[in-house]
Amino acid sequence: MDNSFYIKSHCRIKNSKISLNTVEVFERETKDFIEFIKAAYKSLDTKYPKFFKMDRLSKLAFIAADVLLKNENLNPEIEQDIAVVLSNKASSLDTDRKHQKAIQDKENYYPSPAVFVYTLPNICIGEISIKYKLYSENSFFIFDSLNAEHLSIYSNSLLETNKAKEVLCGWVELDGDNYDAFLYLVSTKGKIEHTKQNIDKLYKL
Amino acid sequence: MDALKLELKENIIEQLNLEDMTADDIANDDILFGDGLGLDSIDALELIVMLDKNYGIKLADPKEGRAIFESIDTMAAYIAENRSK
Repeated sequence: MDNSFYIKSHCRIKNSKISLNTVEVFERETKDFIEFIKAAYKSLDTKYPKFFKMDRLSKLAFIAADVLLKNENLNPEIEQDIAVVLSNKASSLDTDRKHQKAIQDKENYYPSPAVFVYTLPNICIGEISIKYKLYSENSFFIFDSLNAEHLSIYSNSLLETNKAKEVLCGWVELDGDNYDAFLYLVSTKGKIEHTKQNIDKLYKL
Repeated sequence: MDALKLELKENIIEQLNLEDMTADDIANDDILFGDGLGLDSIDALELIVMLDKNYGIKLADPKEGRAIFESIDTMAAYIAENRSK
């Protein structure tokens, strides 16, 4: 593995807490995901009304990315050369079920367009990309668990072939009120070497 | 008619997830799309579903929506004239 790349920063959202580079930035004791993530949105001063229209997976990915990218002090008016490579296990199942429920009864058949548009996992990448003007490469992979090896090889490849200057990468899993997000920024700058071992180590913290 | 307008405002806020807004924040003649309330194309589709589900109105031509969904006033007038439930 090419070790000239680094994990510049990382964000974790799990168990009612949000941390940036292992420092806790938000906590709200609740088992209700929506209550938790809305409280985080307000506390972190996100100011992006479209957030409320997103499905739950997108809300999770968006807040994790926002915590990381806000820390980069990016100019919101300028296009960023940052690729996005995300992954999870449940895909968009949480929203798929909601959509399926709306079309289950033929006598009461009212599919919601606003729900249907989120019945793909990579829509959350779109939400992040719109806010931060990330028009580079993007991919969403489905794995049984965090696949650090695949993500690191893929991210390194994007950087080595100059497809992007940095890669926003990681795991965003959500199903019902169960959630776990671990996003990190791969860059030529940083202190933590971008290796499979370090990705796994940070994820297990 | 006033009751219908209030009902529309409450439904729009709930259906379109307009967080932190109340019915009092929407004037009857506020423009709903574009620079007004800032609704988008997916919201327009939601409003078409809402007309069907709540009032039994099926828009045969979605382009009709542009005039109908201009404001709460225009929506209420169209619903009052065409509702089947």
